[in-house]
Amino acid sequence: MSTQVADAKVEKVSEPLFSKKNRKLLVDPLDGNNPVTVQVLGICSALAVTVQMKPALFMALGLTFVTAFSNLFISFIRNTIPSRIRIIVQLAVVSLWVILVDQLLKAYMYDISKQLSVFVGLIITNCIVMGRLEAFAMANKPWPSLLDGLGNGFGYGIILLAVAFFRELLGSGSLYGYKIIGADSLTGLPYQGNGLMMLPAGACIIVGLLIWAQRARNGYAEDH
Amino acid sequence: MGDLISLAIRSIFVDNMIFAYFLGMCSYLAVSKKVTTAVGLGAAVIFVLAITVPLNWAINEYVLKPDALIAGVDLSFLQFIVFISVISGFVQLTEMSVEKFAPALYSALGIFLPLIAVNCSILGAALFMLGKPFGGGLGGFASATVYGLSSGIGWFIAIVLLAAIREKMKYSNVPKPLKGLGITFILVGLMSLGFLSFMGITI
Repeated sequence: MSTQVADAKVEKVSEPLFSKKNRKLLVDPLDGNNPVTVQVLGICSALAVTVQMKPALFMALGLTFVTAFSNLFISFIRNTIPSRIRIIVQLAVVSLWVILVDQLLKAYMYDISKQLSVFVGLIITNCIVMGRLEAFAMANKPWPSLLDGLGNGFGYGIILLAVAFFRELLGSGSLYGYKIIGADSLTGLPYQGNGLMMLPAGACIIVGLLIWAQRARNGYAEDH
Repeated sequence: MGDLISLAIRSIFVDNMIFAYFLGMCSYLAVSKKVTTAVGLGAAVIFVLAITVPLNWAINEYVLKPDALIAGVDLSFLQFIVFISVISGFVQLTEMSVEKFAPALYSALGIFLPLIAVNCSILGAALFMLGKPFGGGLGGFASATVYGLSSGIGWFIAIVLLAAIREKMKYSNVPKPLKGLGITFILVGLMSLGFLSFMGITI
């Protein structure tokens, strides 16, 4: 409780909408503090919906939408939520946004909704959403919370698209549904699709290698 | 009876929550450093799944399905919010009883016990259940219970196996940036390939 009071006092000083601190909220999760590869959140869907780029893109957009607006909403009501039941309150708010996304997808993009199957519903329990609500929105003002939600959504989206890029290209020789390599494709290069990439195992290995590459670049290492 | 056994074998080995659908990966990766804590979390997941799946099945069957409560009323758009409320309420209850009766387990599991509520495998099982042809009445209830229980057992096996391998990984010479998370992902990928060999088994 005391930290919240302190925060409120500090933030009384008005700051520009895109101050350095706020920009950092938006940019940090893209690489240095990425929700998937660094914070280890939201792995399930990052692995499951990345067979092709199109569903991955819509999943990323849906998650960004839900994270940003749940963050905003929870931040508005953060001082009135009793801390004992906060998880249930957060889940209720998140599921309202998810129901909205799900119904929209069903109404306007039925094939995508079919491809994503249960994973739209599982945005509710996506650790990124809950993690940001707990760690950020409960203690910060609405505008930084919105930016933080957007930033983390984009960070998640980048990883999703990167994994889907490799899986779709190596697995079926296409990108976003367009044949790039292989028989009767745009380039006509000979290529035999690699079945491993279509399997769940392929996703795990790609994510493992991505993490390896990112950490080798940033010079970050775990103890064991 | 044969159907139920076949359903159980399928959900433990073939449609394994981790290796086929990647559900509950966050806590799976975070709590699998030691076998003892992995066993604790795995047991908690089995317990919560075995209770919440049939509970959610009954609510869906008798309240939310089209024409279930009142003819002509379709409440199925409420599925997400009702399922997650049931799960988080039940987890809260479990958390309080574990804190009271097994404080050692409670301190070992730490933050991950309340996070079972947001473990995707729990809500995932409830949502997968909707697509399965369980039918109504007592048979449907039995199928839902078996499905929840055996999904939990599959998750338990997966986390204990991974924890056992990770304990041994300490003695391996892994490239520095690959240590920890990176190599764990590759391990999960290889284990998932191994579990593929169960595919096509029919009993």
